[in-house]
Amino acid sequence: MELTLEGISKKVGAQPWLYAMNLAPKRDAVTVLLGATQAGKTSLMRIMAGLDTPTQGSVKVDGKDVTGMPVRERNVAMVYQQFINYPSLRVADNIASPLKLRGEKNIDQRVRALASRLHIETLLDRYPAELSGGQQQRVALARALAKGAPLMLLDEPLVNLDYKLREELREELTQLFAAGDSTVIYATTEPGEALLLGGYTAVMDAGELLQYGPTAEVFHAPQSLRVARAFSDPPMNLLGAAAVTLGVQLNSGPALAISLPPETAKNLTANLTVGVRASALRLQARDGDVALPGVVELAEISGSDTFVHLTTGVGEVVAQLTGVHYFGLGAPLTLHLSPAQVYVFDAQGALLVAPKRPGGP
Amino acid sequence: MARIDLDLAHSYLPDPQQDADYALLPLQMSFEDGGAYALLGPSGCGKTTMLNIMSGLLAPSRGSVKFDGEDVTQRSPQQRNIAQVFQFPVIYDTMTVADNLAFPLRNRRMPEAQIRKRVGEIAEMLELSGQLNRRAADLAADAKQKISLGRGLVRPDVSAVLFDEPLTVIDPHLKWQLRRKLKQIHHELKLTLIYVTHDQVEALTFADQVMVMTRGQAVQVGSADALFERPQHTFVGHFIGSPGMNFLPARTVGGKLEVAGRTLALPPNLGLPDGELKLGIRPEYVALTTADDTAALPVTVVQALDIGTHVLLTGQCAGSDLKIKARLSPELAAPQRGDTVWLRVLEAHTCFYKNEELIP
Repeated sequence: MELTLEGISKKVGAQPWLYAMNLAPKRDAVTVLLGATQAGKTSLMRIMAGLDTPTQGSVKVDGKDVTGMPVRERNVAMVYQQFINYPSLRVADNIASPLKLRGEKNIDQRVRALASRLHIETLLDRYPAELSGGQQQRVALARALAKGAPLMLLDEPLVNLDYKLREELREELTQLFAAGDSTVIYATTEPGEALLLGGYTAVMDAGELLQYGPTAEVFHAPQSLRVARAFSDPPMNLLGAAAVTLGVQLNSGPALAISLPPETAKNLTANLTVGVRASALRLQARDGDVALPGVVELAEISGSDTFVHLTTGVGEVVAQLTGVHYFGLGAPLTLHLSPAQVYVFDAQGALLVAPKRPGGP
Repeated sequence: MARIDLDLAHSYLPDPQQDADYALLPLQMSFEDGGAYALLGPSGCGKTTMLNIMSGLLAPSRGSVKFDGEDVTQRSPQQRNIAQVFQFPVIYDTMTVADNLAFPLRNRRMPEAQIRKRVGEIAEMLELSGQLNRRAADLAADAKQKISLGRGLVRPDVSAVLFDEPLTVIDPHLKWQLRRKLKQIHHELKLTLIYVTHDQVEALTFADQVMVMTRGQAVQVGSADALFERPQHTFVGHFIGSPGMNFLPARTVGGKLEVAGRTLALPPNLGLPDGELKLGIRPEYVALTTADDTAALPVTVVQALDIGTHVLLTGQCAGSDLKIKARLSPELAAPQRGDTVWLRVLEAHTCFYKNEELIP
């Protein structure tokens, strides 16, 4: 289904919770709402669902204005952070409940099919309280899917699970969403989760919608510093700089040869910000690289990656290295960076330069 | 400070019959004096049971706990001289930060002059010096948890400090700084620290030795490097790393490896026994190659996802329903869905498993 939000805003008392925004999530695909807590994700979802009405603006479903229509008259499925099931009903009846409500046929068979897609087919006779957190959330997801609603809203559905379970369930969800049966809105605070879900991403911050587009595109070309900050984990390294004849000069650091937009270059604009993703910093230098010598503050190890926090002449930076690396606290270390892989933002925080990527624009 | 030796098993049932009845299967483990350890595993793996047994909150149903060779199995946490830090701040709201930090020392009747000195040192390390005279109640959640950490670390004579997911309440942006503090403090105070968590980053960053647990069993004790490069058990391969290790059922026949309907040449001197086994390779080590590579499998691309720093490829091995994941450099042109690509699965990092255990 096609959901369109036009000029939506929300005030609670005098306090603005959502600033005026337009959003048309891609039909029958996943749209991730990405932002920190308090960004406005849940407020926006409640408006999409019909649980709240916006202070201004309208909500349209397939072109029809549904702004004042209450949630029970809409066909929406929701899944929350907390695992919400009917405690007195067995798993099978929990999943069957939306089907029974509509008086559908072949309920048993359909419950079984859904349960097996979410790997809970052996738990159908149990009560929710007898299940682990991951299993309970699977039941809630199966019930939401049973509803077969054209709009599915998921508000940080995996946040209360262990990371391995999260990984597993996220992958299953992406496969279910890929069927393209519903328009899915998925709220998360984690940039990594947005990337793994793929689809489209709307970046939110402090009640504002900052940018919307295909997820990888938003990640690779954040239109502003605020988007870059919100859509990076570890945080993008942001270094003060000024325009010089050949490119940019990092404050108390080396110069980087990059071509700036003509205006910026001509005026030798100061107050620029150079953004460097943690993954763009390397241990081995390549041709044309610039060196950033520093001292190790901490090496955080995830297994697949090591995140090295470093104090350098241009400030604190963090680098993402593949695999396990050990560095002593206080050890000297030099990282290398290619000028072709940096972002440049102007004094207002607008994107001036983004790195080129293979296959990208 | 003490060396801790465990040789025990625990069941919450009166008469355990089978493996599943045990919260902790029989295990032997030594924690060296002054070491930094983590117990890592999913919920229900037995790590909290193990922590409670070490602290003295729980007596094991079988076996013993020794501190420096002395049997302390039946002793209380006080008698064992253990300090503990929990998930949520445990502090006295009405006291100042300084009095909170001094509390464990006053209980032990340390002279006031020494207390002041020690409290000063700990506050300095945790960057609480500026807040020593403030009431704990007035502080934010993360500062309160720092006080809890400080109270755990303040006594110089403890046998060990046990941490149970201590960074749960800390804002993600501040976590790395506290991780750094803990590492630094371990370095300076040389206390025996044991840290329980389900978070791999927390465990691998903090500890020199990580014990990975599943279903009441310790499946590997090792450094971050060893857990990543040479998982001793398929569970470790799966649990460490994101995504975890690929496991492909395979068969060895006369120096050749049959996997996904193809026969690959094994490098000589690998010394694998003939028969069924599993090939394990991490997505980070799977590489794109060409059809003439004898260590590679043809794979149909199911998904090639741009995850920003890498391309995460999910492929299905030709002629089978085996799935394989590869984490590819973003600098290569990414394959498209439906493409057939060749992925190298035999290389220096490939591991082999029989009955879920690594073949050495």
